[in-house]
Amino acid sequence: MTVESTAARKPRRSSGTKRAAAGASTRKSADSAAAAAQSAEPQLVQLLTPEGERVENAQNAEFLPYVSDITAEDLRGLYRDMVLTRRFDGEATALQRQGELGLWASLLGQEAAQIGSGRALREDDYVFPTYREHGVAWCRDVDPTNLLGMFRGVNHGGWDPTVNNFHLYTIVIGSQTLHATGYAMGVAKDGADSAVIAYFGDGASSQGDVNEAFTFSAVYNAPVVFFCQNNQWAISEPTERQMRVPLYQRAAGFGFPGVRVDGNDVLACLAVTRWALERARRGDGPTLVEAFTYRMGAHTTSDDPTRYRRDEERAAWEAKDPIERLKAHLLASGDADEEFFAALEAESEQLGKRVREVVRAMPDPDTMAIFENVYADGHALVDEERAQFAAYLASFEEGH
Amino acid sequence: MTVEKMSIAKALNESLRKALETDPKVLIMGEDVGKLGGVFRITDGLQKDFGEERVIDTPLAESGIVGTAIGLALRGYRPVVEIQFDGFVFPAYDQIVTQLAKMHARALGKVKMPVVIRIPYAGGIGAVEHHSESPEALFAHVPGLKVVSPSTPSDAYWMLQQAIQSDDPVIFFEPKRRYWDKGEVDVEAIPGALHEARVALAGTDITLAAYGPMVKVCLEAAAAAAEEGKSVEVVDLRSMSPIDFDGLQRSVEKTRRLVVVHEAPVFLGVGSEIAARITERCFYHLEAPVLRVGGFHAPYPPARLEDEYLPGLDRVLDAVDRSLAF
Ligand SMILES: Cc1ncc(C[n+]2csc(CCOP(=O)(O)OP(=O)(O)O)c2C)c(N)n1
Repeated sequence: MTVESTAARKPRRSSGTKRAAAGASTRKSADSAAAAAQSAEPQLVQLLTPEGERVENAQNAEFLPYVSDITAEDLRGLYRDMVLTRRFDGEATALQRQGELGLWASLLGQEAAQIGSGRALREDDYVFPTYREHGVAWCRDVDPTNLLGMFRGVNHGGWDPTVNNFHLYTIVIGSQTLHATGYAMGVAKDGADSAVIAYFGDGASSQGDVNEAFTFSAVYNAPVVFFCQNNQWAISEPTERQMRVPLYQRAAGFGFPGVRVDGNDVLACLAVTRWALERARRGDGPTLVEAFTYRMGAHTTSDDPTRYRRDEERAAWEAKDPIERLKAHLLASGDADEEFFAALEAESEQLGKRVREVVRAMPDPDTMAIFENVYADGHALVDEERAQFAAYLASFEEGH
Repeated sequence: MTVEKMSIAKALNESLRKALETDPKVLIMGEDVGKLGGVFRITDGLQKDFGEERVIDTPLAESGIVGTAIGLALRGYRPVVEIQFDGFVFPAYDQIVTQLAKMHARALGKVKMPVVIRIPYAGGIGAVEHHSESPEALFAHVPGLKVVSPSTPSDAYWMLQQAIQSDDPVIFFEPKRRYWDKGEVDVEAIPGALHEARVALAGTDITLAAYGPMVKVCLEAAAAAAEEGKSVEVVDLRSMSPIDFDGLQRSVEKTRRLVVVHEAPVFLGVGSEIAARITERCFYHLEAPVLRVGGFHAPYPPARLEDEYLPGLDRVLDAVDRSLAF
């Protein structure tokens, strides 16, 4: 929106007007400036076109070596990861609709960004996710049904983050980027060559925490990769509401490199993340990776995207689907046959069935769990309240 | 008299609309408040009618939202800020506590801070972590802030008007599980002061004091107690800073017993302050110690334990019985 009306130059005093009182000015609005900045769209790092063709160009030359070892079997593996992750995600969405989950944050459309980056990781690397990284969890061998506890409302986490080096989901947006930075500072102090990766969204990048994480990681040269999935929307707010320059470019101001990668291209995501992790391991410090992708579904199952975005936009992104793209490549190259796809379909069915069964059988927590793990050392007040509440509950049993 | 029946959500929406219409300096700011109308639709349709300059979708940064609202207030605007959920106010807590609350005093009273921070709060909607907190005591403890919470559509409508008109910063807690409760709103009635307690139900045997989401529970408890022949008075405090101790004292001097009920943890909560003050003021009137019913000293539990965690009818009635047994 550009406001050019000269009549609005002076603040209006009359009350009751539905026009902006003093806000409408002749100044260039932030939105048009943002549009100008975004129009100089940088090229994405892409290795696989939406049609499934491999590409080599100046943009991706630096990253190509990072996937030169990828075999046909690896490609099938990446495809399998994406298919099963999508299946799991779809199942969870359905379970929410059936009332088995209170909420679900779908990753539909973001499979390549998550699987590509997730498969770039080494076992000793450490992951700090948001609430949507189901595909990364899959790559870390976290049992997908463990992810559902917090969405069902039986716990606030549901897994031991130290088992798979996959931290708990963080809902307060951006917080975990600081935890990742601190963890990475610790890794560096220990003289280890592991790396740390922090996931967050385009919306979260506006948070002070994320900017402070950039500051700390740069100052301490922390071995951390900031992996931002720019899925174009932060609930109802488009990326232009968060920044005026392409997201990846912000890294430069903090003193480390930023790269924009095609977030729907699993191979490119793998290559770029490997490259960034490599930098971290070498002691070259943080990197910002912006995976340019799209949230195909609603923000969460409570959200109604029809209020703020148009169907055509979604349709345009559907043509860039990460799974279809790799499938086209696998078919064209002959790296996978019908038998492979059929077997995967069967495996997918099995996964869906297991997820449904586990969720439906997931018991409600014991009431007294309220008082568990409040403190590591125990606490007199908690003990007192626990005893009082137990006595109160017991009074019902006695009475009837 | 123009009485309309509406939900609390609708009353808040109408209240914001009226404020935008009446005062060109009023601005709405927050995440998703524009096209989406907020995640609870409290700002529904406002951007459409008042434009993006007055109903402002902000970047996702709570410290930024409150910090810039302070600047806008310094420039003569009256920002009404929406924090999406209770658990997300903490990135802004620094700005609220160290800056917003103290600005008026530091500027020798020359600068006013008419900022309203609306926060959907408390539990009962089966949400995930950080979506069900009751942090009112953390704000009430801070000098310079007013802290209020309506429990009816009428109060939602009027208290929000009053909060916006106040030259002080007001933390406006909206009981999210009551958003869809309906009631009558007289959009012309002249309301009482923002901080005045309200006798929601008159009684003679015991006083239940509550605010926000727990007022309804207390009214239900009073109805249940009435069946057993007990006459319970329910006082809706409406304001946690200041607290209408005079109003509460009048009630306690009549009933001689007091139970304070809130969802927030009991330890160092609003109820603790009330228990202490009422004990000082009504020591010779009280037949029983002031009792408190509320949350535990534990993180807010996952949704499937909410029903056990939240003080319900039984826990309130249990406290009533304990008080009457003294
Ligand atoms: C501090 C904080 N403020 C607000 C919210 C509510 N909220 C949850 S997700 C979200 C949008 C996040 O968008 P983005 O960072 O782009 O990530 P995406 O959900 O699109 O993956 C908002 C506003 C929150 N979780 N934390």
